[in-house]
Amino acid sequence: MTFDWQAAWGAAPALLRGLATALQAAALGYVIALVLGLGFALLRRSGRRWVRLPVAFFVEFVRSTPLLVQLFFLFFVLPTVGIELSAMATGAIGLGVHYATYTSEVYRAGIDGVPAGQWEAAKALSLSRGRTWTRVVLPQAVPRVVPALGNYAIALFKDTPQLTVITIAEVLSVVKAVGSQNFQYLELITVAGVLYLITALVIAWPVRVLERRYRRESA
Amino acid sequence: MTAELIAFDRVGKRFGDAVVLDDLSFGVGAGERVTLIGPSGSGKTTILRMLMTLTRPDSGTITVAGEPLFHEKRGDALVPAGEQHLRAMRRHTTMVFQQYNLFPNMRVLRNVTEAPVHVLGLSADEAEERARGLLDMVGLADRLDAYPSQLSGGQQQRVAIARALAMRPDVLLLDEVTSALDPELAAEVLDVLRDVARTFDVTMLCVTHAMKFARDVSDRVLMFNEGRIIESAPPDELFDAPKHDRTRQFLRSVIEES
Repeated sequence: MTFDWQAAWGAAPALLRGLATALQAAALGYVIALVLGLGFALLRRSGRRWVRLPVAFFVEFVRSTPLLVQLFFLFFVLPTVGIELSAMATGAIGLGVHYATYTSEVYRAGIDGVPAGQWEAAKALSLSRGRTWTRVVLPQAVPRVVPALGNYAIALFKDTPQLTVITIAEVLSVVKAVGSQNFQYLELITVAGVLYLITALVIAWPVRVLERRYRRESA
Repeated sequence: MTAELIAFDRVGKRFGDAVVLDDLSFGVGAGERVTLIGPSGSGKTTILRMLMTLTRPDSGTITVAGEPLFHEKRGDALVPAGEQHLRAMRRHTTMVFQQYNLFPNMRVLRNVTEAPVHVLGLSADEAEERARGLLDMVGLADRLDAYPSQLSGGQQQRVAIARALAMRPDVLLLDEVTSALDPELAAEVLDVLRDVARTFDVTMLCVTHAMKFARDVSDRVLMFNEGRIIESAPPDELFDAPKHDRTRQFLRSVIEES
């Protein structure tokens, strides 16, 4: 078996377009995961059971069911009740909600790691609850979970091939489409793998920089 | 006799099977400096934590400046206080903790200005002027831009004292503020507190094992044992001629320790 460099080179533009689509879905999904995950983490600390319990149930439910099933649900079932979203919106929301259930756990661990004395000092100064969260607790909780959040960015990106089932033309869709015509799967999948690897390394780089910066600041 | 600013009326507290406060009643006058002494677990810190609303009593009432601390009026009835009432009541009081509890993500100046700006509504300039004055008083005028992690324990505790005073509280609670410090750094902090006692018209409740400091600054010393006050007297009287055997025994053990 020989590796056809020309075929690999020829498929690169289409695969790069697929990669751009995947990155778009991943970026949107990650923003949703970061924001919604924080929301879940805060709601799960609510003093009101009627807030805490439904959120806990939803988080457990989403985390315990496959992303693929959730994507199918969003893409095929929601339109039957009148909610129609574009494929990209569906993909971003699917990835975002799924990963929000993981990032919420990460935030929770970070918040739990803030010493009780910090909450007590905030109370002793009569700081409002909002101020305590935004100026005292989260600025201490978030930096320590940046590496874990960054790892989920990479994991989320690596789940973008699943978006192929909802017609998003990401990298794997391109591999399938081009491969079904020229059958040069070795070259196509190799190039796709290299693109995934390079992208994952690029995503990891700022995470490592931030991690080092926060470690230096907290030293 | 000064008016009573703080009143505990038959306050009880248990942690599991342990009775921490046993039907405790006492009062503290406005401007009075009271030191709470006694063995570990006798309820001293719990009293400060209750005044700071960090711990709720199981029974009894606590009154601060004439208002019930953990209850509020709804019509004619007294009901358990909501967060809004607790926040309003906290404005009377601040606390300095054993472990300093400075905000590690804020520089020294910001630690001291944060609450005056956002709780008292001072302008940034007013708060900074107040903070600079207080940090100068505690000997840290040259460390305004440092992070807490760049300061010694004694320096951190002095910032914590400045931070508490910046709120201009009616009541300053000091919870074993030198226990985590070695003797030299503890002496620095106690000197600052002597200054505070001289300069500020603030009611002070202090839990400490630093008996010389207690003698210097207190108007009254309360000896606690098993959740009750067993002796209450001016410091000279309590330290020089304790009436209760348990007080004598406790003072002997503290002197031996130091």
